[in-house]
Amino acid sequence: MSKPARRHALSTRLWHWLNLLCVAILFMSGLNISNAHPHLYWGQWGFDPRTAWLNVARFPGWATIPGYYSLAGARDWHLLMAWPFALGLLFMWAAMLANRHFRRDVMTTRKEWRLGAIREDIAAHLRFDFDHGGGKYNFLQKLAYGIVLGVLLPGMIVTGLAISPGIEPSLGWLVQLLGGRQTARSLHFLFAWGLFGFFMLHVALVLASGPIRQLRDMITGGPKR
Amino acid sequence: MKRRNVIAGLGALFATACSKVGDSKAGKALFKAADEWHLKAQRALTGRQAMAPEFDRSQISPFFRGNGSQTVRTPQYAAALANGFADWQLQVTGLVEHPLSLTLDNIRKLPQRTQVTRHDCVEGWSAIGEWTGPQLSVLLDAAKLKPEARFIVFHCADRLYGAPYYESIDLDDAFHPQTIVAHSLNGKPLPERNGAPLRMRIERQLGYKHAKYLTMIEAVATLGGIGRGQGGFWEDSNGYQWYAGI
Repeated sequence: MSKPARRHALSTRLWHWLNLLCVAILFMSGLNISNAHPHLYWGQWGFDPRTAWLNVARFPGWATIPGYYSLAGARDWHLLMAWPFALGLLFMWAAMLANRHFRRDVMTTRKEWRLGAIREDIAAHLRFDFDHGGGKYNFLQKLAYGIVLGVLLPGMIVTGLAISPGIEPSLGWLVQLLGGRQTARSLHFLFAWGLFGFFMLHVALVLASGPIRQLRDMITGGPKR
Repeated sequence: MKRRNVIAGLGALFATACSKVGDSKAGKALFKAADEWHLKAQRALTGRQAMAPEFDRSQISPFFRGNGSQTVRTPQYAAALANGFADWQLQVTGLVEHPLSLTLDNIRKLPQRTQVTRHDCVEGWSAIGEWTGPQLSVLLDAAKLKPEARFIVFHCADRLYGAPYYESIDLDDAFHPQTIVAHSLNGKPLPERNGAPLRMRIERQLGYKHAKYLTMIEAVATLGGIGRGQGGFWEDSNGYQWYAGI
């Protein structure tokens, strides 16, 4: 396949903004759901806050969807947005493999995993030097995007399915593999905060590297090459 | 502090916008559609008779938490509890050829199923317990459903926030092998907080479907005429999803 003419392919741009909307609503409605029983356990069962491995803070209304405590209302949003989120990720993976975006830009090479190269990359980041020669992304970017696309986002779907009692008759082995339903629920929570961490870092780095140009390119695709 | 206020402001703005969409007619229709897609997708993926996981007795939780109603606040229930529910009656009625009225003794004499399953509450917690009772299908087969019956409604003795508790499921779940009318938990008569003397077990759905203090099983063609028409106490009062498999 030929190289896309623009910095960001249309499929990437469409998915990027759809995914932002989905993740924002899923995250904020998820915080509302968390408020219903803000205690996390390991294993198959857990109901007593005294045996929780983590007692989560209650999230204030401004951070949740809806903006007041409503488990039913939050689940409405969460279960609705799960559809475009999951189907969108499937679409992005298909597009990324088809247009070679994954192989060309995201997949790391063995050379990049050398300790010296990694150290140099970190040093360049700390100098706010984002000018990285030939490739589109440097090693740390590839690693971050790879973890988000390959682990955290699919992980949300897998752990979400694993805590759904109607799915368990077909995917019981998955719940076993994850270590039980309450472990899956804990992982769902941890992955969500992992994504939140990425989001903060991502926004900070966009702000530090020409935010107007970055935003424009993610909307229009950037200048033709 | 200022940056925090900006984030809080943005969050609140977004949450308010979402609440507006969620309260609109279109939003509500979309939520209902999404719930139905989940039901259809799960049913397509999972065989009609596919079983929820069953556990070993050693995995039973040391305590089985009660939630929602923990008792029935009527003198009749207090009296029934005191005499071991000797006179408790379970009606099987509605769109059936042979309405039934069963005592606990009748129910204990039917073929029994014992299953160690995990109860998942919509709030997020889980507990494992061993339940015993006849399969609902045994009762429904004895009463013989009329062809127009499409849903099974469970009526309960308890009232929550002033309204009678009830729940409903479709025939797929009603005739599922693990859907039982449980009279025992962990080998003992059902405790008061868990719905004595009878409660439903609908193992492929969340806890609020598992009606407690069961008095009547009714076969209906539509859920429209019951309660406020949404198919259950929590569905009517708080807008909970009718399909609770996710």
